[in-house]
Amino acid sequence: MKNSVLFGTLAMAGLSAAAASAATLDDVKARGNLNCGVVTGLAGFGAPDANGVWEGFDVDVCRAVAAAIFGDENAVEFVPTTGETRFTALSSGEIDLLARNTTWTFSRDVELKFDFIGVNYYDGQGFLVPTALGVTSAKDLDGATVCIQTGTSTELNLADFFRANNITYQPVAVQTNAEGQQQYLAGACDAYTTDASGLAATRATFEAPDDHVLLPEIISKEPLGPLVRHGDSDWADLNRWVLNALIAAEELGITSANVAEMAAAPTNNPEVNRILGTEGEYGAMLGLEPNWAVAAISAGGNYGEIFERNIGENTPIGLARGLNAQWTDGGLLYTPPFR
Amino acid sequence: MSETHAHTTAFVRDAVLPQQPPPATASGPLRWMRDNLFPNWINGIMTLIAIYVIYRIVSGLLPWFISPTWDQPSLSACRALFTELGQSTHQACWGVINDRWRQLMFGFYPAELYWRPTVALFVLLAGLAPVLFGGFPRWFMAFALASPFIIFTLIWGGTIWVPIVVALGLVIAVVAFRGLVKRNAILATFAGIVLPILFWLFLVGPLTAVLSDALPIGLDPVRSNQLGGFLLSVVIGVAAIVLSLPLGILLALGRASDLFIVNKISIAFIEIVRGVPLIVWLFTASLLLNYFLPPGTSFDLTLRVIIMVTLFSAAYIAEVVRGGLAAVPKGQYEGADSLGLSYWQSMQLIVLPQALKISIPGIVNTFIGLFKDTTLVLFIGLLDPLGLTNAIRASTDWNGIYWELFIFIGVLFFVVCYSMGRYSMYLERKLQRENR
Repeated sequence: MKNSVLFGTLAMAGLSAAAASAATLDDVKARGNLNCGVVTGLAGFGAPDANGVWEGFDVDVCRAVAAAIFGDENAVEFVPTTGETRFTALSSGEIDLLARNTTWTFSRDVELKFDFIGVNYYDGQGFLVPTALGVTSAKDLDGATVCIQTGTSTELNLADFFRANNITYQPVAVQTNAEGQQQYLAGACDAYTTDASGLAATRATFEAPDDHVLLPEIISKEPLGPLVRHGDSDWADLNRWVLNALIAAEELGITSANVAEMAAAPTNNPEVNRILGTEGEYGAMLGLEPNWAVAAISAGGNYGEIFERNIGENTPIGLARGLNAQWTDGGLLYTPPFR
Repeated sequence: MSETHAHTTAFVRDAVLPQQPPPATASGPLRWMRDNLFPNWINGIMTLIAIYVIYRIVSGLLPWFISPTWDQPSLSACRALFTELGQSTHQACWGVINDRWRQLMFGFYPAELYWRPTVALFVLLAGLAPVLFGGFPRWFMAFALASPFIIFTLIWGGTIWVPIVVALGLVIAVVAFRGLVKRNAILATFAGIVLPILFWLFLVGPLTAVLSDALPIGLDPVRSNQLGGFLLSVVIGVAAIVLSLPLGILLALGRASDLFIVNKISIAFIEIVRGVPLIVWLFTASLLLNYFLPPGTSFDLTLRVIIMVTLFSAAYIAEVVRGGLAAVPKGQYEGADSLGLSYWQSMQLIVLPQALKISIPGIVNTFIGLFKDTTLVLFIGLLDPLGLTNAIRASTDWNGIYWELFIFIGVLFFVVCYSMGRYSMYLERKLQRENR
């Protein structure tokens, strides 16, 4: 009895010691690649192309982090995760970073013990209706049938919105976005509601997109961001400042085209120099090479370039910057200074 | 002959008339139609109504299916083509199959290595042939035994020494069992199980390392997460089918056994595994196991899924085989005992051949269900064909495409499941003994 208690204690001590000393960055470097959890397929945000190469808005965050660590944007192992498996995959250590359009909420941050490293897309729940319905505001939807994905936060938001405005609705439960799209087009519901970015992407695939309109009301806040496990603040810092570097690069005019030139010699702007490693020891503080941000920005460009390439107005998804513009342009993107 | 009767009879037929065809209404298609389609006026009206309904369905579907879109690079290109041709846009856009069929078949398997799974499929078919049909030379059976290892090497690559050394463990098991079975059957069974496990646990690693250092032969390794699409379904399905049949038979024997512990363990295993939905076991494999394993160990997810699906299917097979065992008359068991056969001999020679023959439809039914259930892995983030449809729809080219992909995948699964069903009927006919 005494012996087994002793062994148990020793084993626990050994385990906790192992857990405490396991720095994610060291593990990642030893492994030679970043394990990044992504969505199994969401237009513009993450999906494999015909050759199996992952691309998308969230995928580019993974690539930027991998580039910052290894100088190689392809040193990423993409792990497709579903809505059910994503959090367990992260907390069990199967993935190092989850970049999967996940809404930053209190309970996910505090109760599930994750650290959101920032917001890479400010989303909100909207409504898609046929133009023929003649509705111009979500408040006109009294008595309407609404297609809604079950078991999501959007379902709760919808109930709250209709109750607050004292109007009624008839929910039509769907499981996936694909099913919602089909049901909506088949006329099973008057309106389809989910994140506005998803609605825009869905509308873009319709045969006649102009016959459908997004209502102006956004009924919820959905800040989507990448997240890491609790308990390794160094690793959270690294990821947070890679994301910040991408956003700051756009604000400061650093692009994938001119980053090499700007990093070649110190410029007149000290903040640019600190980001690009020509001044100060910021890379070493993160445990990275001095040119970490140069590599991250070269990988997929700055935040604006990533946005335009994957979901911007020139893509079929065609999202406007809106809330996701820099603070100088009236948006919400505002990075702390590199100092 | 005609001479003698020439004067007495007006006419004598002196040659057999050639056979006449029966009247048009009593044979051929007309007869068939009258018998089967229009035997009386009520059935005739029913037939006409049925033909009309079939015509409406086919005429509605065919224009959708027959659509000149094989070369279109995207859904919008398909729609542009329909508008240009002045046709309805309610037509299939087959370009998505042309663009992505490789991905639906092989997942993310490196394109230059597609020949390896293809060869593996032929090895699988060749290896299954002697097991399934019989009448092959004996040496071909050796090939069948080696084929799982060949297939493993072809699909996952890496050094060839791993499968060879693992196969050596099986040889050790057989040699140990054969060598000891004359002295003590229980000791032989024990040695046959424990020795190879010890060998696999402690000697495979170092032995493989030494051998691959000395003779580095092998193929480019391919990681499990590069498997996907139909290849993944077949890998999981075939591995689980091949492994679950022997395991299921052992469990059925265990459940029918008089040995208290063996009996209770078998019952507990079968009832627990069967009483929980497969999707729960898959979530256990993908989520819970990670918490139990020490941090840093990566236990391949595909392997975890194969193990879970195998255990699940084994529980079902066990119950099907138990039904077969129960259907064998008691006299057969007693007859075997009266001949002085040991337990294993009586099972192997008398009981199981009869029980398995009875169980064939049930076993194949379970296998067909198992193969289709492999699509459940999409819920744990593995990209099987159904999982890939979602990924394909997420590309801007193909967002909004549904039926074409689902029909393609449905046809793939139908071909495999229908073949299994036909094989089971062939086997039943071949083993039919009552009417000989």
